[in-house]
Amino acid sequence: MADAGLAESVLERLEKLDCGVDSQDVASVLSVDHQAIVGAVKSLQSLGELISAEQRSSKHWELTAEGKEIVEQGSHEARVFNAIPTEGLSQTDLMKLPSGKVGFSKAMSNKWIRLDKGHESGPRVFRMVESIEDTVQDKLVQVQKGLTGKLDEKEKNELKKRKLLSEVTVKSYWLTKGPSFSTTVTKQETDLTAEMIASGTWRDKKFKPYNFEALGVPPECGHLHPLMKVRTQFRQIFLEMGFTEMPTNNFIESSFWNFDSLFQPQQHPARDQHDTFFLSDPAVAKDFPMDYLERVKKVHSEGGYGSQGYKYDWKLEEAQKNLLRTHTTAVSARMLYKLAQQGKFTPVKYFSIDRVFRNETLDATHLAEFHQIEGVVADYGLTLGDLMGVLHQFFTKLGLKKWVEVGNSGVFRPEMLLPMGIPEGVSVIAWGLSLERPTMIKYGINNIRELVGHKVNLQMVYDSPICRLDS
Amino acid sequence: MPTVSVKRDLLFQALGKKYKNVEIKRADEEFDELCFEFGLELDEITSEKDIISREQGDVRAAGASDVVLYKIDVPANRYDLLCLEGLVRGLQVFKQKIEAPYYRRVGATDGKPQRFIITQETAVLRPHAVAAVLRNITFTQERYDSFIELQEKLHQNICRKRSLVAIGTHDLDTISGPFTYTAKAPDDICFKPLNQKEESTATELMRLYKNDSHLRHYLHIIEDEPHYPIIYDSNGVVLSMPPIINGDHSKISLKTKNVFIECTATDLTKAKIVLDMMVTMFSEYCAKPFTVEEVEVVCPDGSTCLYPDLAYRKELISGDTINQKVGIKESAESLARLLTRMCLKAEVTGKADEIEVEIPPTRSDVIHACDIMEDAAMAYGFNNIARTKPKTYTIANQLPLNKLSELLRLELAAAGFTEALTFALCSQEDIADKLGKKISDSRAVHISNPKTAEFQVARTTLLPGLLKTLAANRKLPLPLKLFEISDVVLKDDTTDVGARNNRRLCAVFYNKIPGFEVIHGLLDRVMQLLDVKPSRDQGYYIQAASDSIFFPGRCAEIISHGKSVGCLGVLHPDVINRFELTMPCSALDLDIEPFL
Repeated sequence: MADAGLAESVLERLEKLDCGVDSQDVASVLSVDHQAIVGAVKSLQSLGELISAEQRSSKHWELTAEGKEIVEQGSHEARVFNAIPTEGLSQTDLMKLPSGKVGFSKAMSNKWIRLDKGHESGPRVFRMVESIEDTVQDKLVQVQKGLTGKLDEKEKNELKKRKLLSEVTVKSYWLTKGPSFSTTVTKQETDLTAEMIASGTWRDKKFKPYNFEALGVPPECGHLHPLMKVRTQFRQIFLEMGFTEMPTNNFIESSFWNFDSLFQPQQHPARDQHDTFFLSDPAVAKDFPMDYLERVKKVHSEGGYGSQGYKYDWKLEEAQKNLLRTHTTAVSARMLYKLAQQGKFTPVKYFSIDRVFRNETLDATHLAEFHQIEGVVADYGLTLGDLMGVLHQFFTKLGLKKWVEVGNSGVFRPEMLLPMGIPEGVSVIAWGLSLERPTMIKYGINNIRELVGHKVNLQMVYDSPICRLDS
Repeated sequence: MPTVSVKRDLLFQALGKKYKNVEIKRADEEFDELCFEFGLELDEITSEKDIISREQGDVRAAGASDVVLYKIDVPANRYDLLCLEGLVRGLQVFKQKIEAPYYRRVGATDGKPQRFIITQETAVLRPHAVAAVLRNITFTQERYDSFIELQEKLHQNICRKRSLVAIGTHDLDTISGPFTYTAKAPDDICFKPLNQKEESTATELMRLYKNDSHLRHYLHIIEDEPHYPIIYDSNGVVLSMPPIINGDHSKISLKTKNVFIECTATDLTKAKIVLDMMVTMFSEYCAKPFTVEEVEVVCPDGSTCLYPDLAYRKELISGDTINQKVGIKESAESLARLLTRMCLKAEVTGKADEIEVEIPPTRSDVIHACDIMEDAAMAYGFNNIARTKPKTYTIANQLPLNKLSELLRLELAAAGFTEALTFALCSQEDIADKLGKKISDSRAVHISNPKTAEFQVARTTLLPGLLKTLAANRKLPLPLKLFEISDVVLKDDTTDVGARNNRRLCAVFYNKIPGFEVIHGLLDRVMQLLDVKPSRDQGYYIQAASDSIFFPGRCAEIISHGKSVGCLGVLHPDVINRFELTMPCSALDLDIEPFL
């Protein structure tokens, strides 16, 4: 705490007054610097409602350094006058005096002195009057005494122009007694200590109030990435809905599983170099399940399973091409094929959330890689109504009303399922969406580069709230 | 999804709608709803002027038309909806204003069809061709524009930028059959191409079109071939040099009465579809609407075929199957009516709930009964289908590797490290040069067609991504403590694709001091979490190692149960510099798959 004695003096001063007092006046009465009073006021404020202090600002006039000199030594013109003896003084000598230049011209215009240019020993200055009245000094003395009011505006401005006075703005406090006014100040403790608890002295002490306006000290901690936080919630939703996670830890896929097995024709635009990243090393895949591959080839090129097929020349070389998977549906295809191989069909619900890759033109919402969320249900007798129902449940859990905008859904074609060996009568419904899009909506991010990749601002990661999708 | 733009006034006129200006907003809304019901999306209401103004600025747009355009998104395989004619026909049938027309191939009036002869020379290039004649057609400016526009739309979509199929249309009255489709050396081909004044050889043309903003995209299809495809009439007049350009001689105009359409192709099925689309859409304007005059195509082996195909196919499907797949309960009669509205003329056969569905040549997208069901569902209205919960009962399982990753992520954050999320693709430099390694020594998979260096390889380590994240965040207060648990990709002969993912944990500590003890402490914590004890034979230990990534003497290998599972150390100053960092940094790189 600042000088406790001073604080008490302020309180004593305040006790004598009924209305209130300006901190400036307190300073001048107590003859201390105003800043010291301000310090005392602040420390009194921190003690509760001892006093109330309302900040105000006032303008007042103050002497400049030159003005103060004049109060002590007289104005320049007076000093010049006093320096001249009755026999006069040579102009050259007069000009050598500290106040010479300014004082000479002022004293001349006041007609206190005269200049004899034709004097035998060179130009010489003589007094013109017997005595003078130094009004400049008198006015400045008034100001110093705090009696500025005795000067009119014109006088003040003239002195200001001569740089003897300056107008300053002073911040001060209007002090009045507070609800719990008292003239004694007890020293307050900053905080509770182990010693006080042990000795029980805390009972007799007053504690300095906390500033609840300030923020606390941030904890030292690590942070999870917002996109991963959203991924965790999506996993949670799928798990709550009874979906099993697919092994999507295979970024490299063959065109066969990525496209052909899904009944996507080999001339499809998505299989273009402009859309898909193909590999030069390892360039081709091997070890395809050959009987299944033959069935795929047939359904593409000739049809079958009730389909007309695409009727084109299906090429193994196209199917062998390795690529960075363009969707996680490649994994769904592998899983459904595996399911069909297990002998007796059992219904399944699968999901995955993992990276996919597109050789696309990049912009504010598109990157070459993003996370795809995918849900798949395979069972006998599933309907379009079931697809819409499960989508509705899923997006309700997300708290997203306009889900049409962010995702795709559908029923897998028989030309995809039947060659795998999935029994007829089994329908497979599926839907997919990107993880980035809903995350950007959730966290209000417009540019995907501010969310993923090495260029993100970690401060964003530090500051991002937890993810509760349904709220 | 292709977008079709049609003039609103023309569309409404064709749909038989009249509206006053005050009702125009309501009319827009009504059309939007109709589109939705029909499986289309009214993407935008705009004008040529708006489009130019948006793309090139107001100055350029000054003189452009401000006729209102509807931009409509059409499903990728609905080629029958790519022009105003098809769109209107589809919508009118859907609204039961008209019945779907029956498209017929008819013989030539004199009984002798035009002949189109394919020679053996085309076999290696574009072996297939089909053709047809639109007789006594009446063009107006709008019809003509639409005719040209449809060719362009087909070229861009089903024709795969002319590589699969290329369409040529000609004024039949300027040429005389039989026509010959052959292939010749470029220097031996000489003709006046469309809208040019001079004759040129094919070699010169290819050079000329190198700078043509439109045609240059198609040159690659034949450019490097010793012979180019070419079509002549019986007098040696060039009809076209597919898939690049038509001849000027036979070009069609508003006055053209008889149109000869040829399609050359590498895929015969698609050529037939494209020709069917052209003639079904525009035979509406022939003297005998919806009839198309046949052309006899003679193959190199002497066999002949009549085109256009215009094949109708019949499918039998039970009402119950549709109801069951869609999740509705409609009578067979009602389902037949719904399908008929989708241009799939359907009738109940009387045998149980069997429905006979006729698939017209315009609906090449219908290749399986499931497509019929989808159309029934659409006509029924997707929003009218009751949402149901699948009864599928299953127990959920997490993928063990992902479960482990999730648990570790939380613990690493609790240990004071912040999660980074970096790209799986990067440059060769990132995983090799910058780490003081040779790319040839890495097990990286290489991308053959990256658009930029950022996508040359899949990462083989998570470290570069974390270091780049540090570099982008140098202004943040130190120390920076980052981690990532994610996959890298390594070549592996034992898998079918020759590569596999590997789940890694990587962490970095970046500060004024190297902080090896911090990163070492993190390793100890991770091992504690994985319940692996510090031990020479029953647990883990670290031993001195050397690696170009790390400062000599400040690198250790992590051995767990006798196997190397990663490394840690203080980064080499060269590595720090190459990643544009300035402070010491220590790092941990751990394979977590052995701990599953």
